[in-house]
Amino acid sequence: MSNIPSDLKYASSHEWSRLEDDGTVTVGITDHAQDALGDLVFVEVPEAGQTVAAEDACAVVESVKAASDVYAPISGEIIEGNADLADRPELVNDDPYGEGWLFKLRPDNADDLDNLLDADDYEASLED
Amino acid sequence: MAQRTALYDLHVAAGAKLVDFAGWDMPVQYSSLIEEHEAVRNSAGIFDVSHMTAVDIHGPQTRDYLRYLLANDVARLQRGKAMYSCMLAEDAGVIDDLITYFLSDEWFRTVVNAGTTDKDLAWMQQQAADFDVQIKPRRDLCILAVQGPQARNKVADLLPGDDAQAVLDLAPFSAVQLVEWFVARTGYTGEDGFEIILSAEDAKGLWQHLLNNGVAPCGLGARDTLRLEAGMNLYGQDMDESTHPLESGLGWTVAWEPEERRFIGRTALEAQRGSYARKLVGLVLEDRGVLRAHQKVFTAQGEGEVTSGTFSPSLRHSIGLARIPREAGDQVEVDIRGKRLPARVVKYPFVRHGKAQIEI
Repeated sequence: MSNIPSDLKYASSHEWSRLEDDGTVTVGITDHAQDALGDLVFVEVPEAGQTVAAEDACAVVESVKAASDVYAPISGEIIEGNADLADRPELVNDDPYGEGWLFKLRPDNADDLDNLLDADDYEASLED
Repeated sequence: MAQRTALYDLHVAAGAKLVDFAGWDMPVQYSSLIEEHEAVRNSAGIFDVSHMTAVDIHGPQTRDYLRYLLANDVARLQRGKAMYSCMLAEDAGVIDDLITYFLSDEWFRTVVNAGTTDKDLAWMQQQAADFDVQIKPRRDLCILAVQGPQARNKVADLLPGDDAQAVLDLAPFSAVQLVEWFVARTGYTGEDGFEIILSAEDAKGLWQHLLNNGVAPCGLGARDTLRLEAGMNLYGQDMDESTHPLESGLGWTVAWEPEERRFIGRTALEAQRGSYARKLVGLVLEDRGVLRAHQKVFTAQGEGEVTSGTFSPSLRHSIGLARIPREAGDQVEVDIRGKRLPARVVKYPFVRHGKAQIEI
């Protein structure tokens, strides 16, 4: 059974989002997603300053077998990509909600997070 | 409904992730593809490849038939030895690649790919019309590949003394039929090991015993990274009916001598011999990123295409095979999601017997 923390918001395309105290939003991929992909060997994260719209492809995670796009859950400006992943892509497998985060963005409107799934709805979406 | 091998329940019990492969529910990985890959490079792993079919060919004209059917020449084989060959269409397109074992003058065994089994058998039957042979697909048999530096000893440990000695005495690319098992010192990983053809009941027992003795269950994911590091072609990806052996890195498997042997596809292939325009090469990606099949390759002499690509767990770099213009040099570029990244043309295999064969 995959780990789905109740304090995060989710996209059906398997990104998680966390609203931080400073108003920024941290984004990664879920435990379910990393498990389905298998051992990650390459991660490409967006550069700071880039503006993204909700559902824009803005990062790539590649396992041995396949490449997958990661989508921006909400609109905003990228303020940081996780530079540690260049040398240690396996962090996404080992700690998807912690050290394996992908990027941080400053949301155009933090209320957009309300359009995302909560943990129960995301879990239900996995069972469909 | 996808087909299942006799070991399906054992795969589920071992925690396999299953995927559809050529109409079969097959394990793609168990715990971790990279760990399975490393088990084969460093110790031993076991693969269920029972989706492939052993095909026995019996009869007084077996040898003559195979000398006509295959681009490589079974007359070069000694009894008990194995040979890799392409089976060509008249236009020299590759119908399949297969291993053929010479067991006796009136009994050869080939192993054909899962995705091509039906068309292979139809073709083999059709070509057999003028020969006194019987073609028997052995769908009753399972095939297990036990691969890695410890693989042979792990298998021998399970056999009675005489049989253990017989399999340990096998030279590379040789096979022996024991009472119950057919054991060949062949494989698709670049490591030492055995491919074992046996009944479903025996296969289940062997699988369980080897797992109990520390052999790692390995899926098709690791099988693909291992074979690509070993520089071995995959049918349907690196070659198919639209390509011939010479442009698929398989010229070495075509036996041109003796000249009077008229194998299927020879005339068409001879016409290509000096003039074919493309070659299959090994690629190493210089930067981060991963080569994947169908990415475009740019060379000073024109475009080509990646046919197989992956991240090499042994080299910690991306490697691949690509079909590019024959005159192309050693520096090329690959289009990876809209960016052109530099790649280097290298001689493959990339890895063999646990050791890197190229400079990174």
